[in-house]
Order: sequence, then structure tokens, then C-alpha cells
Amino acid sequence: MTAYLAQRLLLTIPTFIGITLIAFLVMRLAPGDPAELRAAGGLGAAAGAGISVEKRGAVDEAMAQWRSQYGLDQPLHVQYGVWLKNLATLSFGESFKDNQPVWNKIAERLPVTLTLNVWSIIVVYLVAIPLGIYSATHPNTFGDRVTTLAAFVLFAVPLVWAATMALVFLCGGDFYYLFPPGGLESLDFSNHWPLWKKIKDHAWHLFLPVVLLSYDGFAGLSRYMRSSMLEVLGQDYVQVARAKGLQEKTVILKHVLRNSLIPQVTILASILPGLIGGSIIIETIFSIPGLGQLGYESVLARDYPTVLALLTVTAVLTLIGILISDVLLSIVDPRIAFGRRLQ
Amino acid sequence: MTSNPTEAASFKTIDAGTLSASAGLSGGLWSDVWKRFQRNPIALAGFYVVCFLVFIALFADFIANDKPYYLEYRGKTYFPILRSYIVDVDLGRWPAELLNVDFKKLQGAKAVFPPIPYRGTGINLLEPLEPPSIRHWFGTDKLGRDVMAGMVHGSRISLSIGFVAVGIAVIIGVILGAIAGYFGSWADLVISRLFEIMLSIPTFFLLITVAALLPPSIFLTMAIIGMTSWVGIARFTRNEFLRIRNQDYVTSAIALGVTDRNVMFRHILPNALAPVIVSVVLGIAGAILVESSLSFLGIGVPAQLVTWGSILREASSTTFAWWLAVFPGFAIFITVLAYYLVGEGLREVLDPRLRGLR
Repeated sequence: MTAYLAQRLLLTIPTFIGITLIAFLVMRLAPGDPAELRAAGGLGAAAGAGISVEKRGAVDEAMAQWRSQYGLDQPLHVQYGVWLKNLATLSFGESFKDNQPVWNKIAERLPVTLTLNVWSIIVVYLVAIPLGIYSATHPNTFGDRVTTLAAFVLFAVPLVWAATMALVFLCGGDFYYLFPPGGLESLDFSNHWPLWKKIKDHAWHLFLPVVLLSYDGFAGLSRYMRSSMLEVLGQDYVQVARAKGLQEKTVILKHVLRNSLIPQVTILASILPGLIGGSIIIETIFSIPGLGQLGYESVLARDYPTVLALLTVTAVLTLIGILISDVLLSIVDPRIAFGRRLQ
Repeated sequence: MTSNPTEAASFKTIDAGTLSASAGLSGGLWSDVWKRFQRNPIALAGFYVVCFLVFIALFADFIANDKPYYLEYRGKTYFPILRSYIVDVDLGRWPAELLNVDFKKLQGAKAVFPPIPYRGTGINLLEPLEPPSIRHWFGTDKLGRDVMAGMVHGSRISLSIGFVAVGIAVIIGVILGAIAGYFGSWADLVISRLFEIMLSIPTFFLLITVAALLPPSIFLTMAIIGMTSWVGIARFTRNEFLRIRNQDYVTSAIALGVTDRNVMFRHILPNALAPVIVSVVLGIAGAILVESSLSFLGIGVPAQLVTWGSILREASSTTFAWWLAVFPGFAIFITVLAYYLVGEGLREVLDPRLRGLR
């Protein structure tokens, strides 16, 4: 067991280095100079319209100064080393866009994205687990087929389409005004409101984004639950439980469900990257000030430190998630540490 | 011992011989697969939808075009659509009287137009944001471009994105998966770290980062999608190789001195192909979804290009124009669903573990 854990932890190190290296190289090797972009942003169309030689010189000088300020004139491996050292202390440098410390920007928006994703994970599990239980206890019946097909069809609905349709038909516009077209709270939101009103307002704003983020998770999890439960149902101890005269309900809920739920909890980590991708789309469409929107805006603005920090933070969080779920699984199911080769 | 050329050659002939013999006896694996695939009506429907889309994409110019099929003008007959192909490959030119003309406004001409007499990119500022009508079945966008024509031509992008991106993903995934599964030990350890890296990095975010940093180009976008979506295929291939590698026929092939490369790609791969094909079909659907999200966000796809995602993008800013949201989104949905259904149908037919379960 200890050997397995040690091996597992050691193997995380190269993965971590790989993640940071990929994120770093992608950002630095891509064409497009942030200094150039910054200069163009500052000088506007003047640069394109052809400015005089002296002015051009001044721009170049400013750009060189700015490059050295952010260490962009150093060789790549030095830049990587510096960045990695800063990473250890969670200092991701300052945003190119507004000179705010990147970590502050992330910390400011993290709760929003976390709220959104935690709610949608809850919704996914609340819908998919019962669906999976139903399918597994009624295998190959009409109901099983219909729920599987429905979850499957939902899985094929493109998120961008669902979100746009919701925006067009449900959020004002020419049709229904059931939900707000964006934001997290109403314009007249005030802290003096009674608590229930605040909660209602937040729920009203969160409803659509959460539903949109969760619907495509139903198919995967419910099928996974179905197959894992069917596997448990086929085991001898279930037959023993039935043979000793337990009610079917007790067998399912007490004996089968517990064992088939374990793997479901651990696939949480693998859902995470998908949710982050979804957050980018949903937060952009519904103008929700979370990490996804920050990521999209930073990408468009070529705000290297922010994008790099976001890529790394989300990847490392997922890596930790995978690690924890592997370790949890090996604690719950000792066979894994004993026999299985490492993937 | 290195492989002996004559030995390898004789092995090859035996191999080919047994293959053709078994094909003659049972009608071959693939005709068997096709037979059983046909028994699943839902999967078959998906397959026909895909065929329909391929047809639309191939003949987009003949379905939606502002040039007529057939034109009688000043006593001469022309076939302007066919002619435009000739001009495109530089084998001919437009006759002077037809150069840069609007075919719909030719005086005294007799012309037969395609069912959708517009080009996907044909801007008409006099008819912006028209709701669906007899003239424009699916309405027009902000620049007066016919949405239906845009969708017909956009199908080419959706289709080719699936094939190009997944083609790249297959090459990377199969090679890495094969190496990891065949050699095991160190190679497996290293390549599995790569899998873990790709699974941890939020792929979509990495994708928009790279796509936004590079100049907008549809082919670059396809390539990037391919390069970030090989993990599923690679893991499938690895697991299959791991399973097959220990079978007796592989051991005997190695004992005969067949080179590693030949064992991997000539002897193991054909037997590992079935499950991999399922992940490939599902991967095509995934790539189409990703591309539509990218063009929706306006990243990676040139601004003047009309794709299903780019029409949707407009709908999110002009929310009263419901036709911009409904039709292209439905097209993406149907396409993705069709590929999923085909993939699932294939899985049921190909996956030996599922055989006999139903």
C-alpha cells in the first residue's frame, strides 16, 4: 500500500513538470508579441497609419523597456525557471492588461466559477445517479432504453446552441422573459434586501447557467452508474442477500448501491476539465465574472501571465483531483494497490 | 536476430493468403459488421444522415449558388457553375460578357438556378436580418447573407473538420498507444504521463489559447483540435495492444523474427482496430462540437468564413433574430447526434464484450 502511494506520488512530479512546460512553451513560442500588442493598444491606429521615424524609435524604446521589465528579453529557459520559482509561492506576476497581480484576479473570480461548477456537479449527480439506478434495475426494458436515448440525445446538444437558444427564447428579447440575460445579480441588488430575496435573486440568475453546464453530463455518469451497478448486481454476495430473503429494495439500496457508488465519486476529477471548458462558453455568453470569462478575455488580450496562471492552476487542480481519487480508490479497494499495474 | 527478408516475405504471403481465405469463407469481418449494423435502425438512421451531409457538402456548389446551372444569353448557352470550376483550376476564363456580372440581372437571359440561388458569402446589404420567407427560407444575417446558403457551404467545414482533426488525432493516438501497449515498462510509463498531462490540462482552454495566438485559419484550427484530442484514441489503442500483445500468435511472430514495427502495425493493429474505430467516430462528433464552440467564440476561424458556429455567434448578439439560432444550431446537433449514433451502433457490433449480452 505504502509502496503504491509513494510510486503514485512520485509519478505526479513528471506530470506536473510536463503540464507547466507545455503551458509555458505554448504561451512563449506562439507568434504575436505582447509588447507589440501593448504598443499598438497604446498608440492606436497611429502605428498602422505610418508614424515618423523618431516616434517609431520612441515606441521601440518603450517596448524594449517594457520587455525587460517583464523579463521577456531573457532566454526561454531562464524565463521558465523564474516563472516556476514564482509558481511555488503562488505569485504569477502581474497582468499585462491592467498591472494587477494575477493571483488577485484569479482569487477574486474563483468563488463565482466554483459556485457555478459545484452546483452543476450536484445537479449532474442528482439527476444521473437515480437515472443510472433505474436503468440498472430495469435493464433492457422500454424505460431503460428511453432514458438512455434521452440522455444520449442531450449529450449531443451543442452547448453553444443550447445557450444561444436560451438567450433568444427565455431571456427577454422578443419571446419570454423568464430568466435574466446575464450577470449574477439584478441591477437593483442591494445588501439591505432580506436574505430570502437575495437568495431568490441569485437562484434566478444561476438557474440557466447551472442547467446548461450540467445537462451534457447526464449521459456519461448515468451510463457509468448503470454499468457499475449491473456489475455489482451480478456478484455472488447479491445473490446471497437475495437468497437469505431480503427485500429487493433492501438489496438494492443497502448492498448494491453502496458498492456501485464508489467509482462514481472518483470520476469527479475527470469531469473537471470539461466543466472548465463549459465555464468559458457559459460565462462568456451570460457575462458572468468568473474564471472562464477571465480566461477568454485574457486570451484575446494576450495577457500571458494571466493565461499561463489559469492554465496551470486549473491543470494542477485537476491533477490533484485525479491523484486524490486514485488514492481514495486504492484505500477503498485494496485490490488496486496490490495487483494493478500503474497506468 | 534481425529479421530475414525472405522469411518476412514468406510470412507476408501466408498472412495475405489466410486473410483472403477467411474473407472468402465468411464474407469478411466488415461485411459481417455491416450486416449486423443494419439491424439497428437508429444507428442506420444516423448513418444515412451522415451520408446526406456528405452529399450536401460535396455538391454544395450545385445546391446553393448565385450562378445558374444553365444559361442562354445573347444566343449562346453557358453552364456557369461548371465553368466556375474550370476557371478555379485555371483551365479557362469567363467570357467577357459574363465577367463579374450578376446572373440574376442579365437582360433577356434564360437561366436555371439552383434551389438556393445564393452564395453563402454573398453579401446583400439591402436585406439584413430578414426573417425566414419564401425568398430566404432560413432568413438572412446582419450582412444580408442567406443563412441556408451559408449552412450548405458551412457543412463542408464541419465535415472536413471532423476528418482532418480526427485524422491527426488517429495518427498521434495510434502510434503512441501502440508503443505504450507493445513495449510496456518504460515506454508505457512515459507515455502514460503524457496521457495524464493531456487529461489534466483543460483542453478547451489550451485550444482557444493556441488558436487565438496563431493567425486565424481553418486548417490550423483543425490541426490544433487534432493535436489536443488524441488521448482517448491513444488509451483505447494502448489497452488493446496490451491485451493482444500476450496472445500466442504475437509471441510466435516475434519468435519468427518479425520486426517490432511489423508485429505492431501488421499483426496487432488490424485486430485492435475495431474498438479504435468506435472512438474515432465518436471523436469526429467531438471535433465538430469543438469547432462550433470555437467559431462561436470567434477564435481560430477567419471572420469572412461562414460556419455553423459563426452564424450562431451572431444570434447571441442579435437575440431577436431567432432564425440565426435555431437552424445552424440544429444542424450541428443533428450532425453530432448522427455520428454518436453511428459510433454507438458500431460499438455494439464491434465490441466483443457486448456480443451475446443482448
